[in-house]
Amino acid sequence: MATVNARTFDTQSKAPGLIGLFVVLALAPLLAANAFHYDLMIKICLTAMVAVGLNLLVGYAGQVSLGHAAFYAGGAYASALLTQNYQLAPLPAMLLAAVGVGAMAWLVGRPILHLKGHYLSMATLGLGVIAAIVINNEDQITGGPDGLAVAPLSVFGHELSVFGSYEWFGVAITGTQLWYLIAAGGLFLAVWLALNLIDSPLGRALRALHGSEIAAQVAGVDTAKYKLRVFVISAVYASVAGSLYAHYSGFITPDAASFGHSIELITIVVLGGMASTYGVILGAAILMLIPQFLTGFQELEMVLFGAILMAVMIFMPRGLVPTIARRFQKEAA
Amino acid sequence: MFSEFFQFSFSGITLGAIYALVALGFTLIYNASHVINFAQGEFLMIGGMGTVVLMDAGAPIYLAIPGAIVMAGIAGVLLHKLAIAPAKNADVVTLIIITIGASIFLRGLAQIFWGKDYHVLPAFSDTESLSVGGAVLLTQSLWILGIAALLVTALGLFFTRTALGKALLATSMNKDAASLVGIKTGAILTLAFGIAALLGAVAGVIVAPITFTAYDIGIMLGLKGFIAAAIGGLGSSTGAILGGLLLGLAEAYTAGYISSDYKDAVPFVLILAILFFLPNGLLGSRAVERV
Repeated sequence: MATVNARTFDTQSKAPGLIGLFVVLALAPLLAANAFHYDLMIKICLTAMVAVGLNLLVGYAGQVSLGHAAFYAGGAYASALLTQNYQLAPLPAMLLAAVGVGAMAWLVGRPILHLKGHYLSMATLGLGVIAAIVINNEDQITGGPDGLAVAPLSVFGHELSVFGSYEWFGVAITGTQLWYLIAAGGLFLAVWLALNLIDSPLGRALRALHGSEIAAQVAGVDTAKYKLRVFVISAVYASVAGSLYAHYSGFITPDAASFGHSIELITIVVLGGMASTYGVILGAAILMLIPQFLTGFQELEMVLFGAILMAVMIFMPRGLVPTIARRFQKEAA
Repeated sequence: MFSEFFQFSFSGITLGAIYALVALGFTLIYNASHVINFAQGEFLMIGGMGTVVLMDAGAPIYLAIPGAIVMAGIAGVLLHKLAIAPAKNADVVTLIIITIGASIFLRGLAQIFWGKDYHVLPAFSDTESLSVGGAVLLTQSLWILGIAALLVTALGLFFTRTALGKALLATSMNKDAASLVGIKTGAILTLAFGIAALLGAVAGVIVAPITFTAYDIGIMLGLKGFIAAAIGGLGSSTGAILGGLLLGLAEAYTAGYISSDYKDAVPFVLILAILFFLPNGLLGSRAVERV
């Protein structure tokens, strides 16, 4: 009983988790032997960022989105176009992109969040696919299937390119290492914000409406308002991660908005463990690492990936981290 | 002017019949188990590709088609037995991910054993097309409409005239009550997956002479079938058929009169518009949540 209370209500309990995350992120470079490893770690961090935001919507509020790649691509393309066509500096562009994507999410969220269950899945799926089709077809703006080149990130006129090498205070680091710092820092910030949100009145309202939307309404929770708010927040998470990825990779294609990408994101959340912020980070790491281990099997990659996905969901329907945590608690008890 | 309209209508109804069959499969599984089966499109792939492969192996078309359909049926039964049934009390999203995993798995298998090439089946009749009102009517379209109508009638008779069909209906309506009166609901659910797979496979075979077939055709066709089912209101068979036809016509008219680039966006725009006004689809029942 005491542990449950500490988990749910003691805001101090965030510190150990955050320190743990910090240590893992700080030590991870020790495992990186080359630029390829760094590249993988950067992608894991950026994907985990999206997943942490999506988890707020799916894991905590219980609202399924099968179209979140649209917001990710929205951030990525907005950053690319604003820096290229309007000569905006990357940081203001990223901010403007996030505001724009947030506003879009607010506009579309108002009507569709009234829908329940499979109809909501259907509507978000539809929005995602429409976004992908528009990006593919409007090639005069978006470059179509060929994609778009993106300028490297720069802060106050200092270019932070993956290909550069930098020296600060006598410490020399490569562009990839610098980008790992950016991505890991971004992820840490994302987690910190999410944990605070979960502990806020918004977080409590979301958990209430996950339990039962009608019961929450009866208890005086304005469920429509809170659902919309968390939808916008999760969209902004995706947008910022998308902008960062665009500047990091220097190139974006409509794949960012594809149905497959949306599915990848929701899979990460469910795989790692819904309503477990650290779980979805693990989910992101696992989902991005599986293909690396399967490259030796080439032809078998798809089959094995599908089989692993099914097996994990059948035997651990609550996701990896919650299932394992439960097992430990049972043993301890 | 009118010949153009006829032309678009022919292709719309043909496509619509295919979507209707996919949507019926969705509806069947949804009613029986409340699972949205994202692997439904793969049954079309197995139907089309299976026929191609069996014909390449030397089987005549009248053996290759039933062979492929049986293959899909087995895949459907296995999907329920091995992936859905063991995950009994899983969350809705978890079940969605399981069926997505299954669809990736099936697609992967097809890619390994059947290759990545696009194939086209020969049309079922020697005369390829007729001229009706100045428009070209493919004889294959007539096959598609005829077979679809036959299947829908057979399915209707199955549900109203046979004990097995009634048992399936009873299980869909109330699983606990059905098992109380002695219906083996587990086996019935497996049956629902098997029938849905058969419907999908037939759709996949009869459309293959018009469109192409390949290991990855299941994704789009499956999604559109899902939309057709949702347009009609998930769980309504009549709705699924109406939804399928509506979708096919809307797609054909958009491709013909507006823009073929945005043809694939039509189903998604349509479903958003419909859900905006009718949150439970055209013929869906209002769900009441018990607290």
